[in-house]
Amino acid sequence: MPGQRMKGWMISLPSMAWLTVFFLLPTLMIFIIAFKPANPLGGLGEGWTLRTWLELGNPNYPSIIWRTLRLSFYCTAACILLGIPFSYYIARAPERRQRALLLLVIIPFWTNFLIRVFAWKAVLHPEGALKHMLVAVGIASPDTMLLYNEWAVLLVMVYTYLPFAIMPLYAAIEKFDFALLDAALDLGAGRATAMRRVFLPGIRRGIQTAVLMVLIPALGSYVIPDILGGPSSEMLGNKIAQRAFADRNLPHSAALSALLCLCVMLPMLMGTLLRRKRTGGAA
Amino acid sequence: MSGFLEFEGISKSFGDLKALDNVSLSIRQGEIFSLLGPSGCGKTTLLRICAGFEMPDAGRVLLNGKDITDLPPNRRAVNTIFQNYALFPNMTLRENIAFGLQIAKVPKKEIADRVETMLQLVQLEHHAHKRPHQISGGQKQRVAIARALVNRPQVLLLDEPLAALDLKLRQRMLVELDGIHDEVGTTFVYVTHDQSEAMGLSDRIAVFNHGVVEQVGSSTEIYEAPRTSFTAAFIGDTNFFNGRVCERIDSEYCQIEIEGLEPRLRFFNDKNLREQVRVDLSVRPEKFSISRTQPAPDPLSNTLRGTVEDVIYLGSHTKWWVRVNEEYLISVTSQHSRFLLDSKPIRWNEAVWISWHADDGYMLERYDENDEALLVLSDAGLPDDIPPDEEAE
Repeated sequence: MPGQRMKGWMISLPSMAWLTVFFLLPTLMIFIIAFKPANPLGGLGEGWTLRTWLELGNPNYPSIIWRTLRLSFYCTAACILLGIPFSYYIARAPERRQRALLLLVIIPFWTNFLIRVFAWKAVLHPEGALKHMLVAVGIASPDTMLLYNEWAVLLVMVYTYLPFAIMPLYAAIEKFDFALLDAALDLGAGRATAMRRVFLPGIRRGIQTAVLMVLIPALGSYVIPDILGGPSSEMLGNKIAQRAFADRNLPHSAALSALLCLCVMLPMLMGTLLRRKRTGGAA
Repeated sequence: MSGFLEFEGISKSFGDLKALDNVSLSIRQGEIFSLLGPSGCGKTTLLRICAGFEMPDAGRVLLNGKDITDLPPNRRAVNTIFQNYALFPNMTLRENIAFGLQIAKVPKKEIADRVETMLQLVQLEHHAHKRPHQISGGQKQRVAIARALVNRPQVLLLDEPLAALDLKLRQRMLVELDGIHDEVGTTFVYVTHDQSEAMGLSDRIAVFNHGVVEQVGSSTEIYEAPRTSFTAAFIGDTNFFNGRVCERIDSEYCQIEIEGLEPRLRFFNDKNLREQVRVDLSVRPEKFSISRTQPAPDPLSNTLRGTVEDVIYLGSHTKWWVRVNEEYLISVTSQHSRFLLDSKPIRWNEAVWISWHADDGYMLERYDENDEALLVLSDAGLPDDIPPDEEAE
């Protein structure tokens, strides 16, 4: 029915326009700028060049890219591993407690992100309460550094992105039919097997969403490593900012951003293609 | 000691709510045993205790002489059909059925054979590659049965397995369940709130009310010889009379005086009651015969005169509500075994005689006018013919 199809188009038009203007065009612009020469005033020069891309061969970059991927991956894994049991607990709690717990997850968002990161700086400070406590208990020695290292960055990344994992996980677990777990036990499965073969596949969509919701912003982390990390825990976001603000070299920033984009999108694209091939083969 | 599956003095509370109160049942090997009662009566709790999902506060569960009370669900030789089937949505039907055998590490070849046999038993060979969301409710039901039976459980527990199906399908699945039971011979424990399901399928029924077993017996025993007013009113339709034995006629019959009713009524005195003892009686609607003319006098027959207050024609039979002596509204049904168009049926407001044989009323052991099932009868005034579960949906 052509009328029906038209209607479908009309309905999706606003969101398509939104995505085009605010997502597709900026991304395209980043890729375009990456092929422009920089001019000394911080703008873009005439013509096209591949020079910026060759500059990405900078010997400092591989370790920074590797650290960015590593920290983001750890952060995502930690958020999922902490998020699943926590969401499970919320979803299984009585309704009133559910609402209270969800509120607790959301409350930090009422405080500005920067302020929260600075608060962590106070918490982890060499003269801070946490440090004194750890020393008093004997876990840390007086010269242990809680701040300005990868662990501090990772800790606060997990703190920041955990709610983004909990929300989709909670939504998936809340919809999960727990009679399925009873059924698995009834058919002889142990708790662990029931979780692995029935529960985790049942909330697969939630896990996928949570991974994306955490991994993508984590890869772009800039404020956290900037404030809590030292020079040895820089991430790609810091380099992008440095090239844009300090060096005023927009093409270089754009090329780094494009590289990050490719790092995220290529594995996802490959995953989709692989899955399509597999289901295509089965059908 | 005689039973295959035994519940001994099971009690279970949830907070203040006493779900089961000292319930003891003995279920024989190979029978279909129904736990029947209104929602919240404890029947599902007993089933979940049997499956191992709930722990009783007191009492023991014995299977084949072994105490299984403390065994977790995955170590019991029982399997459950869940109310909404609980099929694994991420697996095909074949994978669903194979699940239990895979867990038990049965050799691959044997799994394939046993799953195939089950698929044939429930006639789903051609759908084995589908996933649960691609099949109908009745088919899901059959997958659930196959998934449970493939493990060769000693007892199959069924938790309201037909509640999610429509009436026609429910009747067909009932026949299929019976057929499957004949084929595999496994002991079935069947939980339902639908009396017609229970009566049609079961070898024996336990009637539950507020966590207590009111009566255990065959369908016929429970219907014809209810021990309590709850059972009488919950299973089918009935009329109650409360009176006093005024005279024993011989060793078998007695005359009963009922306040507000003339004359005295004659009942079979199977409880061997003495004179002056209070007695509560139940007479099923179909035991009456209704006519415009006074029936020929018979010493073993009771006759009352009344006025038809309401008539419902239901095709195969008709229901009348007959007002007798102001106080009594008696429900009477009559089966139409002959072609009805040629006769002149009894209508509203007609004066009629209703009569029944002294053998056809039954003395109750316990009468409680606060029974929920009784309230349903009297509140509705004129009870309708819709099964209770359909109203709920």
